[in-house]
Amino acid sequence: MSRSFDHLDKLENQSIFIIREAYSQFRDVALLWSIGKDSTTLMWLARKAFFGKIPFPVLHIDTTYKFKEIYDFRDKYAKEWGLNLIVAKNEDAVASGMGPDKSKFECCNQMKTIALKQAIAREKFKALLLGIRRDEHGIRAKERVFSPRDEDFEWDYKDQPPELWDQYKTKAAEEEHLRVHPLLGWREVDIWDYVKRENIPVPELYFAKNGKRFRSIGCECCCGPVESDADTIDKIVQELKTTQISERSGRAQDKEDDYMMQKLRSLGYM
Amino acid sequence: MKTQTPLNFVIVGHVDHGKSTLIGRLLYDTNSLAPDKLAEVKKISAEHGRETEFAFLLDHLEEERKQGITIDTTQVFFKTQKRRYVIIDAPGHVEFVKNMITGASQAEAAVLIVDAVEGVKEQTKRHSYMLSMLGLKQVVVVINKMDLVDFAQERFNEVCSDIENFLDSINIKPNYYIPISGIKGDNIANKSLNMDWYKGLTFMQSLDELKNNPANIEKDLILPVQDVYKIDDKRINVGRIEAGKIKTGDAIKILPSNQETAIKSVEKFLEETDEATSGECIGFTTQDSVFLDRGDIICRSGAEPVVTNRFRANMFWMSRKSFSIEQKLIIRCATQEIRCKVETIEKRINSSSLELVEENSDKLENLEVGEVVIKTKKPIAIKKFSQVQELGRFVMILNENIVAGGIITELD
Repeated sequence: MSRSFDHLDKLENQSIFIIREAYSQFRDVALLWSIGKDSTTLMWLARKAFFGKIPFPVLHIDTTYKFKEIYDFRDKYAKEWGLNLIVAKNEDAVASGMGPDKSKFECCNQMKTIALKQAIAREKFKALLLGIRRDEHGIRAKERVFSPRDEDFEWDYKDQPPELWDQYKTKAAEEEHLRVHPLLGWREVDIWDYVKRENIPVPELYFAKNGKRFRSIGCECCCGPVESDADTIDKIVQELKTTQISERSGRAQDKEDDYMMQKLRSLGYM
Repeated sequence: MKTQTPLNFVIVGHVDHGKSTLIGRLLYDTNSLAPDKLAEVKKISAEHGRETEFAFLLDHLEEERKQGITIDTTQVFFKTQKRRYVIIDAPGHVEFVKNMITGASQAEAAVLIVDAVEGVKEQTKRHSYMLSMLGLKQVVVVINKMDLVDFAQERFNEVCSDIENFLDSINIKPNYYIPISGIKGDNIANKSLNMDWYKGLTFMQSLDELKNNPANIEKDLILPVQDVYKIDDKRINVGRIEAGKIKTGDAIKILPSNQETAIKSVEKFLEETDEATSGECIGFTTQDSVFLDRGDIICRSGAEPVVTNRFRANMFWMSRKSFSIEQKLIIRCATQEIRCKVETIEKRINSSSLELVEENSDKLENLEVGEVVIKTKKPIAIKKFSQVQELGRFVMILNENIVAGGIITELD
């Protein structure tokens, strides 16, 4: 190896190991792609793990409230990277006009969690790769790399399986599935350093326009931009090194109630 | 731009000896807290009728906050002027020892916290034992809550001497002993004004002296096969190099089949390379068409791990259901996965007091350690834990759950 093994190499290799481990143990795997910077980085790592050909579907849970830029980005790269893209919606909830004006909690639950549940049941996935990170939220920091969900999708956070020496819980009972989190140890700034190093495409919404940019992208109606002049990756990295504002400060579901995230997650939210 | 590798350290110790508070203090003193996070903690502290409680930064689960305990392990980041750190918080309650082990197994160093008032308690000892079992060599002992014993040197020396005797018996030689007050901030980031008698490093200075784990590059090659992919009619074997290095043309030996061949190519996506070292996840092809499978171990002829079906180990049982010697287990060591049984339990040991519970036993209870002889159904490639950790440690599976962890002490 010509260059020395640095922090990003270490993270990259750990993630590739986990992705390969999930596929080796289950085969019926899907990668959950929200089209944001984290899950797009996860996709990049999966492409590396499988030499450019991801051998399982990529799942987009479409709440129908995403930004136009996100849909465009999805379609462009699904084609360019030859992805087996599955778009899943909770059609009944869409038809009934579910929206955040009804209840933010119910909307997240119906449009994301239930839609995901339906997709897993339909496609019979045994493991899902997700791009969550510990530094995003205190609840996510409690996660395991391989995290079981029971048939009701519940996360038994009071009794999680032990995980040591890169040995994971890799068998699931009939009705269970495993959430696999290859990016758990990455920080927000690591993602950006890596996006830059690898030249990974990310949606334009992350870059500042008219003094504002998105740090975390969810549904158009429920996430707000932060004040920022960072219109390049270098400026974003610089901003993250000095900012005192946390990443998900613009995300409504983190705020409404102290434990909303825990409640959503224990019902199966990502 | 190179980003420096952070040091991962775990904070362990008995319940309520102040782990989460110490972490909160570190974050606060190093200015690692976003104002909105601090405001959230203040608000939640008030709702629980407390003064600003740093523990709420880490104890995020509703039950954790209501009961004021840590249930599961968590990780946070912070940095000093010297470098970056990942702090692993581990629960101190006896019910959550498996969560403590999960956290500690990811650390390169450990901080053992002991309450100056209560002194050495059950989990202080058990956690210390787990550190020695996990092979953690760098340990900082902090004696916390010095404010509650009037910052008295005599009390500090007394507690240090107790813990030192115990650590000595399990072969842990701490790098430092530091008197602190997590809640008041004495000797954390700043030197305490209340303990003139202490001339040593502050806690933060002691962290800056710890070292990252060295890579296994100088050791003999160990490359466990993780999977085999067929890509464009080419069979690519993949795995992570656990020790040593390889390059194109190198002669290799495959265990347990003992086949010999050579590396034809080292494969990485979008990279031209002909070599790789310890820590890298690679693909590779071989010159002869040998059919590799998950669990095969690639090594070098003349420097092979031992292939055996019987070995001696220390096994830590961490399942509420006790283990009975008739039960068949599955051992996982690197990517090897083999049916096995425990032939004898020579000693059954209490992992806190280290007292011998029973000799030549036929069971292990939750949280007990067994000195055992394990017999595998098929040959397994192993090393002693003291030689190469990656091939000297294992977990046991029963009914699809990890129920035990262990280290190999002697090869048959």
